[in-house]
Amino acid sequence: MIEGRPFFQPQWIIDNLDEIGRRLGEHVLMTVIAVSAGFFISFGLALLVRGRPRLYGPVIGIAGTIYSIPSLALFALLIPLTGISLLTAEIALVGYTLLILLRNIVTALDGVPADVIGAAEGMGYTPLQRLWHVELPIALPVIVAGIRIATVTTIGLVAVTTLIGMGGLGYLIINSGIRRFFATSIYTGVALSVALAVFADLALLAIQRRLTPWARAREGRA
Amino acid sequence: MEFLGEVVAWFGDPASWTGRNGIPIRAWEHVSLSAASLAVAVAIALPVGLFIGHTNRGARVTMAVANIGRAVPSIGWLGIALPITLALFQRGGLGFLPSFVALVALGIPPIVTNTYAGLREVDAEMLEAGRGVGMRELQLLRRVEVPIALPVIMAGIRSSAVTIVATATLAALVGGGTLGDFILQGLYVNDQPRIFGAAVLVALLALGTELVFGFLQRRAISPGLRPETVASPG
Repeated sequence: MIEGRPFFQPQWIIDNLDEIGRRLGEHVLMTVIAVSAGFFISFGLALLVRGRPRLYGPVIGIAGTIYSIPSLALFALLIPLTGISLLTAEIALVGYTLLILLRNIVTALDGVPADVIGAAEGMGYTPLQRLWHVELPIALPVIVAGIRIATVTTIGLVAVTTLIGMGGLGYLIINSGIRRFFATSIYTGVALSVALAVFADLALLAIQRRLTPWARAREGRA
Repeated sequence: MEFLGEVVAWFGDPASWTGRNGIPIRAWEHVSLSAASLAVAVAIALPVGLFIGHTNRGARVTMAVANIGRAVPSIGWLGIALPITLALFQRGGLGFLPSFVALVALGIPPIVTNTYAGLREVDAEMLEAGRGVGMRELQLLRRVEVPIALPVIMAGIRSSAVTIVATATLAALVGGGTLGDFILQGLYVNDQPRIFGAAVLVALLALGTELVFGFLQRRAISPGLRPETVASPG
């Protein structure tokens, strides 16, 4: 983009493989932290609102409000509380996962047929055993569908955290890319981010298929 | 508390409201950039979605492209656009132009996918009935398919609008101004009241967009299809 410099410089990528790999690693790590923490919080909230259905509306309302706040603004709103830090980035990232994950977990658990629950009760399962051995396996495909959307969304949002001092692929896109008018770094960061999102999506789908072999058997028969 | 006082002071300072770097100009940049981008995104995505939804031709390829488009991070679109506009227009390739190109690209996939999904959900029997009373393809689209699919189409436009307004904040990175400029400038000089004050404005603008388009989405349900007139299942 600067005159006299080629538009795309493959040599830069070769010379900076270490740096690129490190940024990719940071990106994966921040995503994993956010989605895992988001999942446990959403799961807890899902159990809570299932016990008290009146809470579902307000909790989803709060999650929806967080979801529609632009990422840079949400980071900025948290800075007075938690500073320019990884914690700030992760709180915001976790906040964005809640709407998708909570909605999917609740829908998934509500989708377990009543007669199956009745059968489990008849067999003497305690509520916790029933949740773990009966409800969760049946709910798994819908829950994983939520995790997939949350993961792809989070991978996109992690790229913005570099504006509050984090690394990740956003560093390649913004700091060594846009801010230096350097196309090679920008396109490397964007391409890796898209590839990571597609890979994570397919990997989670593969995990779900492994965990629910009966679903595939049923598909095969149909 | 002291911090909130400083935020109020930033809002109260006349300098925050005047000139090229004042709140009114930055807010106008934010709103006009978003509105122009949304309008063009709708103008491109709606015909494409209606065509593939009605004919089911080219649907697989279009949806695959739209899904990859959705995997591109919002900041990624700005990054993709900037080198291209700079190469084509030199200095003119900074500011509004790359922001506009990026926001249009960002806004297209949700509208295409929702328009397509909305049209595919229309009962084949309805289309048969339409053809039976002698409707031509375009009439069918305008008088049967679009009214039925409109809430789903509007949901796509709403999600596109909210994403565009959110990402317009990041347009400050490529010289597009907008309210995001206060946040980036504030981060640069560590002026926390300015960062916080601008973030509040951005959040309000985004929530306002969500509310307005949510309202339009609910209004989009055709009178014949309002819940009270539809037989409830079971």
